[in-house]
Amino acid sequence: MARIGVLALQGAFAAHAEKFIALGADVVEVRRPEHLTGLDGLVLPGGESTTMSNLLTSSGLVGPLANAIVSGLAVFGTCAGMILLSSNILDGRDDQISFSAIDATVRRNAYGRQVDSFECDLSVTSLDTPFHAIFIRAPAIETLGSGVEVLASWNDAPVLIRSGRIMAASFHPELTPDSRIHRLFLDLVESQLAVR
Amino acid sequence: MSSSPVTGSFPVKRGLAEMLKGGVIMDVVTPEQAKIAEDAGACAVMALERVPADIRKDGGVARMSDPEMIEGIKKAVSIPVMAKARIGHFVEAQVLQSLGVDFVDESEVLTPADEAHHIDKYKFAVPFVCGATNLGEALRRISEGAAMIRSKGEAGTGNVVEAVRHLRSILGDIRRIGTADSAELFDWAKKLQAPLPLVQEIAQTGKLPVPLFCAGGLATPADAALAMQLGAEAVFVGSGIFKSETPAVRAKAIVEATTHFDNPDILAKVSRGLGAPMTGIGMDEINQRYAERGW
Repeated sequence: MARIGVLALQGAFAAHAEKFIALGADVVEVRRPEHLTGLDGLVLPGGESTTMSNLLTSSGLVGPLANAIVSGLAVFGTCAGMILLSSNILDGRDDQISFSAIDATVRRNAYGRQVDSFECDLSVTSLDTPFHAIFIRAPAIETLGSGVEVLASWNDAPVLIRSGRIMAASFHPELTPDSRIHRLFLDLVESQLAVR
Repeated sequence: MSSSPVTGSFPVKRGLAEMLKGGVIMDVVTPEQAKIAEDAGACAVMALERVPADIRKDGGVARMSDPEMIEGIKKAVSIPVMAKARIGHFVEAQVLQSLGVDFVDESEVLTPADEAHHIDKYKFAVPFVCGATNLGEALRRISEGAAMIRSKGEAGTGNVVEAVRHLRSILGDIRRIGTADSAELFDWAKKLQAPLPLVQEIAQTGKLPVPLFCAGGLATPADAALAMQLGAEAVFVGSGIFKSETPAVRAKAIVEATTHFDNPDILAKVSRGLGAPMTGIGMDEINQRYAERGW
């Protein structure tokens, strides 16, 4: 059984945990460095990326998490979590943390304020029917490195991307009953377990 | 393939409430305070002209803040900005939506504008949070379209006792409904004066249909952790931060306490050296209970 950590400092971590439990994974809420031990995959949820940056620092998680990512941990970031994974952040704060795990330039709150938040159907690579997606004060992916695969786009901009064992989404697959995107990440994690 | 996007739907409104979980929403009255709150790790700020402790002291009619002041706070920070409208004052809510605030708090801390009706929150694209002292009140607000409930507590007192009472009342009844049989649910709906389908939903899921946050009287890191251990999903801190001796340090400590609410070692560490908290007042010393406003 895959052991999935969900960064539980602030944000929509409980919704992600429910998804992975329903899919049969063993789920750990990550609040301190020792919670990273033995993980096969990690989710960085949505929430406020500035708040999470502060709490990553005060909880002593920045170094251990960066090491875990470098050592090959599979990671899925949604919304604020995608911002934390991206190599370049626009409209962020100077002290904002970035793990540079995926070669992408993202702009915070690019889709506007809450009144501009929206839901829509997306066509996702490898899924045979559309995925209903909820975007909340979402960050936009503006440019991508050459090794990054686009799994879904909205209005010609990428919104779900993958590079090796890192996945990132502008939207919130944890907020709808559909578990297929969590399944995609779990498949990625399990394929890595098989190789190990 | 693209379908046309939908804005202002209930899942989209509730979605922002989900993103604020595990966080601290701080009352601020100036852009400078908003910056301090953001630097300390607030997940959102509540823009208002006077914190509840001052509203209590000054008396008079408390209304929606000046749009210029809200704009100033919006410009100062990148985190969500909330603002308060009077209970039933749907025009104040229209103005706040037009200003682009991220969440409207239909709040008992302001002087009510309508003594019988709350705002029809389904008419708005902006999400609403409403206060509640018990489960029936919470479900009535949800049936009017609220995307988040906060237990009311007693704002501006620095006294956590009412927040605890209201949280325990809401969560205790949710637990009791979880053990009721289907016939008893009709009686629960009648007793709570709440829509039956919402009561039935709680019996199924064991929780409110929207996130439940805690507000009103929280002043220390331990207060925030107490609310979280009782079952709140995030906290609002009003006067407790900027009426204390060292707001920036206290704000950061409350943020850490909210995340590590179940870890007494971390709570002990962050509770040290914070200077004096707001003085606070006992419930027998106040002449107006804000929690009684709203129906």
